[in-house]
Amino acid sequence: MADRDAARPGAGQDAAEATVTFTLDGREVTARKGEMLIAAAERAGTFIPRFCYHPRMSSVGVCRMCLVEVSGPRGATLQPSCFIEATEGAVVDTLSDKVKKAQDGVLEFLLVNHPLDCPVCDKGGECPLQDQTLAYGPGESRFVEEKRHFEKPIPVSELVLLDRERCIQCSRCTRFASEVAGEAQIDFIGRGEEIEVNTFPDLPFSSYFSGNTVQICPVGALTAAPYRFAARPWDLDQVESTCTTCAVGCRVAVQSSANRVTRLLGIDSDPVNHGWLCDKGRFAFEAVNDGDRVTEPMVRIDGELTPVTWHEALERVADGLRSAAADGPEGIGFIGGARLTNEGAYAWTKLAKGVLGTDSVDAQLGDGLPAAAVLGLPRATIDQAATAATVVLLAGDLREELPVLYLRLRSRVVGGDLSLVELSPQATASTPFASVSLRYRPGDAAGLARAMVDDTASLPAGTDPAALAEARRLTGSGPVVVVIGRPSLAEDGRLVAEAARILAEARPDCRFLPALRRGNVLGALDMGMAPGVLPGRVDLDDARAWFAREWDTVPERAGRDTVGMLRSAAGPAAGGSGDPDPTVRVRALVLLGADPTGDLPDARLAGEGLDGAEFVVQVASSTAALSTRADVVLPAAEAHERPGTTTNIEGRVTRLGQKLVPPGQAWPDWMIAAELASHLDADLGLDSLHGVWDEVERLAPAYRGITRSVLEAAGGDGVVAPLATSGVGISRRSVPGPLDPIAFPGVESVERQGAPPRAGFAESPTAVTTAAVATGGEGGAADASGREDGGTEGDGPPARPPLLGVPADLGAPRVPPTDSYTSRLVASRRLYDRGAAVAASPALAALVPEPPVRVNPHDLDDLGVAPGGDVLVRTATASLVAPAVADPSLPRKVVAADFNLPLAGGSIADLIDATAPVTELRLETP
Amino acid sequence: MAVTDAPRIVTSRIGFDDSHTLERFLATGGYEGLRKALTMTPEAVAHEVDAASLLGRGGAGFPAGRKWSMLRKNPVSYLVVNGDESEPATFKDHLLVERDPHQLVEGVLIAAYALQVSQVFVFLRGEFALGLERVQAALNDAYAHGAVGEDIFGSGFSVDVVLHPGAGAYICGEETALLESLEGKRGFPRIKPPFFPAAIGLYGEPTVVNNVETMSNLPWIIRHGGAAFAALGEGRSTGTRLFALAGHVRNPGVFEIEMVKTTFADLIHAPVLGGGIPHGRELKAFIPGGVSAPWFGPDQIDLPLGQDEVAAAGSMLGSGSVVVMDDHTCAVRAAWRITKFFSRESCGQCTPCREGSGWLERIMERIETGSGREEDLDLLLDVCDNIAPGLTWPPQQTTICVLGPSIPSSIGSAIQMFRDEFLVHIKEGGCPYG
Amino acid sequence: MSGPPSPSPGPAPRRAGAPPAPSHLSAETVERARELIALYPEARSALIPLCHLAQEQDGWLRPEAMADIAALVGVTPAEVYGTASFYDMLHTEPVGTHLVSVCTNIACLLGGAAELLEHAETSLGVNVGGTTVDGAITLEEAECLADCDRAPCVQVNHRYVGAQTPESFDRLVADLRTGARADEIPRHGTLVRVRRSVGLRAGRDRVVAERAAMAAAQAARAEEAAAAAAGRKEGSA
Ligand SMILES: Cc1cc2nc3c(=O)[nH]c(=O)nc-3n(C[C@H](O)[C@H](O)[C@H](O)COP(=O)(O)O)c2cc1C
Ligand code: SF4
Ligand code: FES
Repeated sequence: MADRDAARPGAGQDAAEATVTFTLDGREVTARKGEMLIAAAERAGTFIPRFCYHPRMSSVGVCRMCLVEVSGPRGATLQPSCFIEATEGAVVDTLSDKVKKAQDGVLEFLLVNHPLDCPVCDKGGECPLQDQTLAYGPGESRFVEEKRHFEKPIPVSELVLLDRERCIQCSRCTRFASEVAGEAQIDFIGRGEEIEVNTFPDLPFSSYFSGNTVQICPVGALTAAPYRFAARPWDLDQVESTCTTCAVGCRVAVQSSANRVTRLLGIDSDPVNHGWLCDKGRFAFEAVNDGDRVTEPMVRIDGELTPVTWHEALERVADGLRSAAADGPEGIGFIGGARLTNEGAYAWTKLAKGVLGTDSVDAQLGDGLPAAAVLGLPRATIDQAATAATVVLLAGDLREELPVLYLRLRSRVVGGDLSLVELSPQATASTPFASVSLRYRPGDAAGLARAMVDDTASLPAGTDPAALAEARRLTGSGPVVVVIGRPSLAEDGRLVAEAARILAEARPDCRFLPALRRGNVLGALDMGMAPGVLPGRVDLDDARAWFAREWDTVPERAGRDTVGMLRSAAGPAAGGSGDPDPTVRVRALVLLGADPTGDLPDARLAGEGLDGAEFVVQVASSTAALSTRADVVLPAAEAHERPGTTTNIEGRVTRLGQKLVPPGQAWPDWMIAAELASHLDADLGLDSLHGVWDEVERLAPAYRGITRSVLEAAGGDGVVAPLATSGVGISRRSVPGPLDPIAFPGVESVERQGAPPRAGFAESPTAVTTAAVATGGEGGAADASGREDGGTEGDGPPARPPLLGVPADLGAPRVPPTDSYTSRLVASRRLYDRGAAVAASPALAALVPEPPVRVNPHDLDDLGVAPGGDVLVRTATASLVAPAVADPSLPRKVVAADFNLPLAGGSIADLIDATAPVTELRLETP
Repeated sequence: MAVTDAPRIVTSRIGFDDSHTLERFLATGGYEGLRKALTMTPEAVAHEVDAASLLGRGGAGFPAGRKWSMLRKNPVSYLVVNGDESEPATFKDHLLVERDPHQLVEGVLIAAYALQVSQVFVFLRGEFALGLERVQAALNDAYAHGAVGEDIFGSGFSVDVVLHPGAGAYICGEETALLESLEGKRGFPRIKPPFFPAAIGLYGEPTVVNNVETMSNLPWIIRHGGAAFAALGEGRSTGTRLFALAGHVRNPGVFEIEMVKTTFADLIHAPVLGGGIPHGRELKAFIPGGVSAPWFGPDQIDLPLGQDEVAAAGSMLGSGSVVVMDDHTCAVRAAWRITKFFSRESCGQCTPCREGSGWLERIMERIETGSGREEDLDLLLDVCDNIAPGLTWPPQQTTICVLGPSIPSSIGSAIQMFRDEFLVHIKEGGCPYG
Repeated sequence: MSGPPSPSPGPAPRRAGAPPAPSHLSAETVERARELIALYPEARSALIPLCHLAQEQDGWLRPEAMADIAALVGVTPAEVYGTASFYDMLHTEPVGTHLVSVCTNIACLLGGAAELLEHAETSLGVNVGGTTVDGAITLEEAECLADCDRAPCVQVNHRYVGAQTPESFDRLVADLRTGARADEIPRHGTLVRVRRSVGLRAGRDRVVAERAAMAAAQAARAEEAAAAAAGRKEGSA
């Protein structure tokens, strides 16, 4: 099947794995039982040429390049090594004359109809056909006839072009589309020599994953529009890094030429992305190159942002922050931070909480989940989710929000290895293969969760009892992982977190995978960028003494979240309940790579908050995201422009690569914080990136032991925080994973034959050595949760604080019942929206959809509006008129729309009330 | 000449104009085999087929009884009848489905009973529009007669037979391609292992695939016993077999012939069979078993029509088609046309088959039309060798299915037998036969 | 809602390409299509029969029809197109009312097929693959049609018309144009005019159940046979 976990090292292996021994070119070689010869040979250091084989897809054995001689009862026969399992005692010859003749023959056949346009082909220089022809092929073609011709090239989508004459019919792209992405919109057309890859007439290959087909095409048949003719491979430099477009953290090779990113390629990280990327991650680099970048510090003078020196700008910021803190440090609030590196996030947290003393820091912009839940619920890895018995999806549409996580789970589900229970107010891309889809009205998530674990609980209205019973059965036994995110931005995050808390309480063995989408949001939260917590997943109160030893100060009390800061800044009109200190109003806002007017679900609140603030500082990299309210703008380096680390949804820490020099005077984020501290007459104590990391490792409890050397040894797969404990360590695979230069270009693959050992996380033992790693900080073994023994309050050094656990109370608001005229709003996310990354990438910007409002068909009927007709959507404070379609997946009295997308008639953000538990509205005829 | 007086087993009715009707069928012993089978245990029915030593008539010649018994321990889910008949110059199933559809239905029901399957698919080549109509009508009649459907003939055994039209692709005769096609996909042969659909067949379940003629033999075998069938013919080649004779003979057609006891010479020359080569011409060569088979020359004409005998002589009986070429035939042109067929019918999965067939065709075309070069002969053979290493018989292969290694047969034969003719083409810049 | 696959793919998660409900095929065709789908354990098996059905309606396989078929059997339109284009009889480009197929394969070649085809091209005024300007005839060079004893073999709309000479071919074409043979040769696309009346459908459950029953019965009979054999042995001993 599509998912090839089983065939890969490190994926759910037992130590006592069955093996077979066979003879490969005269030597004894050990293979895993069921492993294909091609992979076993490769692990043993023998590379067998191939085109159609791809270790992450099903073998089809069609190109016939991988033929080897296998001795059997009827003598030695040629067999495709990508399709024949290694069996005990088999005798395999990969170098015999017969094999060489066959390889020669296949290559000659492939060249029969393959054009000789290498000089103008994007693939030239890195083409497996070219390379293998040199290595294994005939000297010269004996083909004198005319080759096949096609009209060339044809765009199969906005992003991908197809030169059919170059195609060698390996079916990698079509297999990817149907098996991996589940979107068979390209297929083989025709038969025999005439066969070609194509789409249905006038129906493009519209997949979020189309770029992968370009990467895995072994010739130049599929090319990416943004890369076409952009560079020659030998002119490219590359570094390995992690994609921070979303929080899955796919491993990438970033390639550049002349200080411009030219291409991103997926690298096969076994625990994470299996080599795949989504098109947003792959192509959004255009924003780094061409997006209008902020290159100089600017100060608003007479209403105009005017370039100044860094010194002037930082002085101005220091002055502004000092006066805002006149009534107390809570007068300053920090919003954003999910785009920072871990080092940057730590530096800004230390500045805010440890120098200025305000706890009002929030990396999430009202679209996330309470930090206490994200950090406190027992965390699952992606592998644990993929190998669980059941995954409960209580999140937005994964294909739209965390695309490669969707791929990882999808392949397991369609392979029949994993059951999916979906709790969602509307159908998602996962619905067609979910075992159960429980639909709920916004506000009812916690009630539904309770009903799942407690059969005496009352069912939320409209719940299908049969579906609920099936959900209970599927979650009743075996490992369960809950993927928890925001099914709707118009529903308070605490309501969803409460549902997760209920499940965690009832099923202590349940694990949770946060489906938060912003790049390094989990790193930011781990670094303390949320109210009430400090770096390393610890509670502010628990950890105050620990951090007080090293920081100038530690906040007295928990601060405000983004909504709270904006309400406070907006003034008494918008302020109100839940404010920890109504007397100290937020007067200054520091926006860290965020613009609340675009990012906050509640546009009205964002506007009022920024207008109400006396002083606004924005640390930004793209002019597109500049706030019109910014008094000072500080230019920051972007992805690919600064090294550091990042932390993905699993808590996996990986290293980012720097490929470009930041433009103009843009600085790396941690450095801005450090410089600003000195303008505030403080010393952040951070004078190098490494220094920042060393401090994180030393102080942040969840990161203990993740030293730079551990990270280095771990390589591209990184390590999951907190490190597993019993003999804290990393395990080394005795052998590198199958490496297929055709499958995974990139730093670690092509150049890694015979490779440095890759490291995994000790929790999934990989049958190999466990190297003890010196743990940083003071001595003493950490227990299973990273807690430290001993250490009493008061006398003696303060104890390393405990990691957060399952929160007892999330303060979830009560949801008032609605009358029969009132509907609830669902606001969902799409991958391509008006966010800066897409807007500044021309190839993607063209793909932003304009979806209509969606209404339950009966509700639409009751209104007397035909599908496609206009409806009037009215909330207590705003209204808009927009076209509506019928969506039978929606429960009655639920209206759905997409956030941050163009909508004829307005923007859904104008309707959302971030201060209410759910956004209520009325549906009327315009 | 020695044309035996063996009984007509599958063509007993075709002398009647209304041979395809239920009335004629019932009047000539129709459904007696089935009724008898239903009184026996399924194992006993299978045993008779085993005893008959009925070799599959689809081309590979695998004993039907053995194929079924491989599944004894592994109950079969589906029986699929292969009526794709697209091997050039093979037209025996064409005759059977149009002229005796009930016999096919009866055979299918016997097999279904022996295998205890409740679902049968009959895959008929789409170009058999009349055959499709006749078989569907026969099924409808059989249903009304109580022979198909629920509780057939009151036996408690129920079976459904679905007629499935193909859509024009030779490769769908290959049994795994046929199954793919039946699943609604393009006819890409499945990669082996598994080597038989027995284990993983239609919808991934155990499946028996048998040819139309194989099935059509069953009513007689059950009525007269496997031993009676085995008494005909010789060695492994028992019973009678249909041979489709085409090309340069006076009476082309389908003939039912006792195996081994009859020779190619009989088939071609006997007045009641082929009737000899017309226009006073001589035999140049003949293809003994479909275009995948290596050719024979006049010196091999006395070979008996037996599976092993023909195999020992370096070719195969294959699909039971014999093509006769007289001495006015251009061997290059004949081989070119056959190569063109393979090029058009290659499914396109495997590189050597897809690209090799097209390349060979283009070289052959060049030679036939006068642009041949002397080195082309070696080139042809070397390209063939890259598809079927060693150019042995039976061939080795670099491809998924045996269509690939079938491509070289005709070119290899033509070059081997008529090398001079190639050289004349090359030297004279064209075809000497005009 | 439970059980995959959900009938509603939801709010069109794809930007394009979610298959719409059948809209091109006529109600009658759709009804027959549903009957055909019901014959198979898996809907996709009906894909090719449905393509024939669509050709019966339209004379060729229109893209709109392929989109409908995709929706009916639960695959993407590209998969229908990819599958259909593999098969010679499924025409994704328009064809004339009469598809005249001339076999030129080996037996027919020996019987003069190449000359016949050449004649056909000249007399129809089209190349192989072409359609006459009046839309009446599409000429096709066919592979073996399994009627080799009547070489050179010709089919019209997959009905055999027997061996043809250049002269008989011209008469045949004239008859086709006047409709003289319309009874025997329906217009292109109509394949099987006899409809199935057989009523049993062995669904997957039934197949599975009968397989199990068969296994049990076989085991029982094997035991019986073994016991009987043992009895005989004893008897003879
Ligand atoms: C390229 C190719 C084409 C074939 N065509 C046919 C065919 O048209 N009819 C047929 O019955 N068997 C055909 N076969 C043989 C089948 O694969 C299979 O062996 C046969 O249907 C089994 O039935 P039997 O055992 O009754 O002969 C073909 C095989 C190959 C490799
Ligand atoms: S050998 Fe030819 S016909 Fe057979 S599977 Fe390969 S490409 Fe297809
Ligand atoms: S056949 Fe094995 S890699 Fe293509």
